Amino acid sequence: MSRITVIPFGPQHPVLPEPIQLRLELKDEKVVSALPVVGYVHRGLEKLVETKDYLQTVYITERVCGICSFIHSVAYCQGIETIMGVEVPPRARYLRVIWSETHRLHSHLLWFGLLADSFGFENLFMQIWRAREAVLDLQEATAGARVILGTCCVGGVRRDIDQTGRDLTLATLDKLEQDIKKIANPILKDYGVQQRTVGIGRISRELTYERGAVGPTARAAGIAQDLRQTGYAAYGELDFQPVVETAGDCYARLQVRVREMNQSIELIRRALERMPASPISVPVKGNPDGETVSRVEQPRGEVIYYLRGNGGKNLARMRIRTPTFANIPALLAMLPGAELANVPVITLSIDPCISCTER
Amino acid sequence: MLKFIGNILQNLTHKPATRPYPYQKRAPIAGNRGHLVIDPAVCIYCGLCSKRCPTQALAVTRKPNPNSWTLDPYRCILCGYCVEVCPKHCLSLKPEHGDYSSPNSP
Amino acid sequence: MIMNLSEIKLENLIGAVAAKRASGYRFVTITCSDLGDAFDLLYHFDKELKLETLRVRLPKGAELPSISAEYFAALLVENEIKDLFGIAVAGMLLDYQGRFLLPEDAPRNPWRRPSGDADPGAAPRKEGSDHE
Ligand code: SF4
Ligand code: SF4
Repeated sequence: MSRITVIPFGPQHPVLPEPIQLRLELKDEKVVSALPVVGYVHRGLEKLVETKDYLQTVYITERVCGICSFIHSVAYCQGIETIMGVEVPPRARYLRVIWSETHRLHSHLLWFGLLADSFGFENLFMQIWRAREAVLDLQEATAGARVILGTCCVGGVRRDIDQTGRDLTLATLDKLEQDIKKIANPILKDYGVQQRTVGIGRISRELTYERGAVGPTARAAGIAQDLRQTGYAAYGELDFQPVVETAGDCYARLQVRVREMNQSIELIRRALERMPASPISVPVKGNPDGETVSRVEQPRGEVIYYLRGNGGKNLARMRIRTPTFANIPALLAMLPGAELANVPVITLSIDPCISCTER
Repeated sequence: MLKFIGNILQNLTHKPATRPYPYQKRAPIAGNRGHLVIDPAVCIYCGLCSKRCPTQALAVTRKPNPNSWTLDPYRCILCGYCVEVCPKHCLSLKPEHGDYSSPNSP
Repeated sequence: MIMNLSEIKLENLIGAVAAKRASGYRFVTITCSDLGDAFDLLYHFDKELKLETLRVRLPKGAELPSISAEYFAALLVENEIKDLFGIAVAGMLLDYQGRFLLPEDAPRNPWRRPSGDADPGAAPRKEGSDHE
């Protein structure tokens, strides 16, 4: 018997932290096709920007995403700095790397916990989120807020990390490295986890590229593309190499993110060690006049900002394309042929962030 | 599962990672942006803070009206922009998280 | 200034996009802005971390040809542009009928400006004019 059944997956679903609906067409238990339905949380932030001056906009960009917020403000500030020809002091560039990487750490830990939750491993979820707490506390101590740091500004950063902050960061990282090792290694080898992820949601390198996927989704399929390779902020001075896996399934995406967590720890250590002494910001005068495209790497992949100012203090146009928006077409290619029971795991494996997709 | 033994033992023998909030509160972390306070003696009611605030959380009135500075804590996003622009440095962010559950609390 | 920007005519769009695909570019996104009398569309492509952009000017009222036959991924952003700006996009593989990003009860085409409207950034806006 092969009738087509349509099942709405979401917008409210236990594994989805945010509302998106996938209309799944099923033949028995197998997905034939999927249609994404978004638009539950469209906030019109790109329009809101037209009513704020370009310095206030930093706070809006930080609120595009509730997980990788600092990296959004880095992308925005870099764009404005390009338009206005502002040279950011070196120490500020290093501090931007440090907070970007703490964001990547807590974002990947959050995702790792949710993945565990999606295949019913509640205990693991709790373990991982307990480890993540340390990163949030670290951000609170160094930047003054747990997630939305508010430390990036046009022309540099607002806060410095002093010796105490540095020691605290290193101590937290050592502890976290132990925690990740304790959790991740058994998990990657665990039979149950492998059953639920190896070979699930597999996508070929060519198809991934054609669908325009970015970030860990692309890197798990063998595409060695990471915008940190372009050396923005201080990444050019930190011997950065992208993490790549080739299998293109959920397990590979898990592996990429686990390895990226360790890489982030290493990058922060390096940045703390090589950070030069200098002022942390330069004063910015005038209004942006001109247009630019700014791209940076987020935990989920490439984010792209288009900014256009015309000499007024408000921007004429700001457009954001977030990584999940680019990964949805790839997700649609992963789903056909999958079992219904695996749909949550596959959906989570691209680390969907819906609020920032819709902005 | 054997690989998890250490973890399990730790979970059995250690204190819980959570606190019985609100009976026991965590000490605020220094440097946190918890709530905004003003020193009214220093403020000159110039209104710069309210102009720059990205969320219009501040309202400042001056002569001929009575001098006043009011904060809408539900709009404030604790960004600290007002603290930066205030010419008299009379605003500051304190690390304790504000308790705004009742209308008259700080 | 945008690096590697080339301006092309609307009728050459599909050809230029096909050429990008043939030389192995990844589709990044389309950026649309309303300039009052026309739309400014930027097609971004990436190859080995080098961003290339095609700029097309679309007069108001004209129809935009869809590139979703070349790049499937363009489908979502074309639907987004249709929703927000009210541009008619011809030949999309999947058409959400203007209800992709916006829910049923949302206003239609909220980001479209009346013809001849000045750029918003040029005139200083009133403080606190955000909608409540
Ligand atoms: S900027 Fe400072 S001095 Fe001026 S009104 Fe605000 S708090 Fe008072
Ligand atoms: S901290 Fe930010 S949001 Fe709060 S009153 Fe000051 S400027 Fe406004």
